[in-house]
Amino acid sequence: TMDRLSELAKTKAAVIFAKSSCCMSHSIMTLFHELGANPAVYEIDRDPRGREMEGALQKLGCKPTVPAVFIGGKFVGSAKDVLAAHLKGSLKDMLIDAKAIWF
Amino acid sequence: MGSRKVKVGAENGASLISDMPSFVPAGPVSNPIGTEGNDANSSRISDYGAYDHSLGFRIEDAVDLSRNPIFSSLKSPGLNIVPDLQFGSFSKTLASEKESQLNLPSSSGVARENWGESNMADASPRADTSTDDTEDRNPQFEAGQSNTKAASDSSDRSKEKNLDQKTLRRLAQNREAARKSRLRKKAYVQQLENSRLKLTQLEQELQRARQQGIFISSASDQSHAIGGNGALAFDAEYARWLEEHNRKANELRAAVNSHAGDTELRTIVDSVTSHFDEIFRLKGVAAKADVFHILSGMWKTPAERCFMWIGGFRSSELLKLLVNQLEPWTEQQLVGIYNLQQSSQQAEEALSQGMEALQQSLAETLASGTPGPSSSTGNVANYMGQMAMAMGKLGTL
Repeated sequence: TMDRLSELAKTKAAVIFAKSSCCMSHSIMTLFHELGANPAVYEIDRDPRGREMEGALQKLGCKPTVPAVFIGGKFVGSAKDVLAAHLKGSLKDMLIDAKAIWF
Repeated sequence: MGSRKVKVGAENGASLISDMPSFVPAGPVSNPIGTEGNDANSSRISDYGAYDHSLGFRIEDAVDLSRNPIFSSLKSPGLNIVPDLQFGSFSKTLASEKESQLNLPSSSGVARENWGESNMADASPRADTSTDDTEDRNPQFEAGQSNTKAASDSSDRSKEKNLDQKTLRRLAQNREAARKSRLRKKAYVQQLENSRLKLTQLEQELQRARQQGIFISSASDQSHAIGGNGALAFDAEYARWLEEHNRKANELRAAVNSHAGDTELRTIVDSVTSHFDEIFRLKGVAAKADVFHILSGMWKTPAERCFMWIGGFRSSELLKLLVNQLEPWTEQQLVGIYNLQQSSQQAEEALSQGMEALQQSLAETLASGTPGPSSSTGNVANYMGQMAMAMGKLGTL
């Protein structure tokens, strides 16, 4: 399942694993949209193998497991991490590097 | 005769003790009585003293003598072989009745119960043998006496009685004293235990306080080293303040309910307001140590934080305020601040959107009347989570 996870994470420059019920996932998605990125969103609670994926995310150290953000195939972190990066300014740079946005 | 038997029986208990090798002998023959430790027995012991006078037997003599009368007295009910049982029943009746005559045998019986089986084992053979010795009672008794002749004339007997009285009284007093000292020791030990518990509690508190830095002990010593600890210290202080506050609120409520006088109400209200002054002072001190902690409201409950957000508290607004306050700014600083403002605004937007989504889902679940409790608590937890996130953001600034 880790493989599936990384596979999915590579499908697009910005990938978000979320749950339809999670409001924080929604917040992060909104943030990305604001920045102009177009992340691929996978709702793991609608995926038949969602449980396993959640376990894999947990192993990565993502707490809470959703939302989990991958930029350029690399694991960035949970909502906390993403927001912190954004405030520092590094999120935008990461997105630009991964070609998720251009300015 | 009957009474005499009974009284001798009272000594039986004591004498049996003195005979028991396992027991601390000599003075504190009140051992068995003492370990019972209830008031009824103590009164019985004092009764002992009274009876001692009338008895006039010496303890050693009582040893041989007492068994017989007791057991012969028990013989009549037909239970001489098993004296302890009889004693047991006696002690029960004793609890309710104050008949002095019954007191003594029962207390000695209770004493024997306390000693346990071995004692009984020791006692019974003697009892058995003594029952055979009813004929020898008088000679034994007389042999035992050193003071008086073994005569059955009353004058001699009364002399013996007097002498034995003194001994018996002394012994009884010893018993009494020993019992009292045992009780005192017990009380002392209990007190020690309590103090030990209190000590461990204090130690724990102290450790906690130490972790939170010297903040509490020396509020004046606001070195930056305490910075990290200031947050914890404030949290603890706040908790304590909250407790105190609730207590005062209850006090006020009670006073109002009991229609207390105006002056009393005034004093309570004044104490409450001064208590509020205290929290403001605390906040001020804590803000100097760790401003972000105070601002972000991480010391509040999640629900409170949630309302802060709904109320429109935004860190970007704070930044706007600060920019004007903290002149002059270098170019670099200005740019930095501006960027920070921007990004926080964006983040805040996103979070607010999330909040909205949450509220919507909450409304939906409530409206659809699904098993509300589980999902609503889940949503509420989400609220909290989001709020914690939003507030935590401030920490990362």
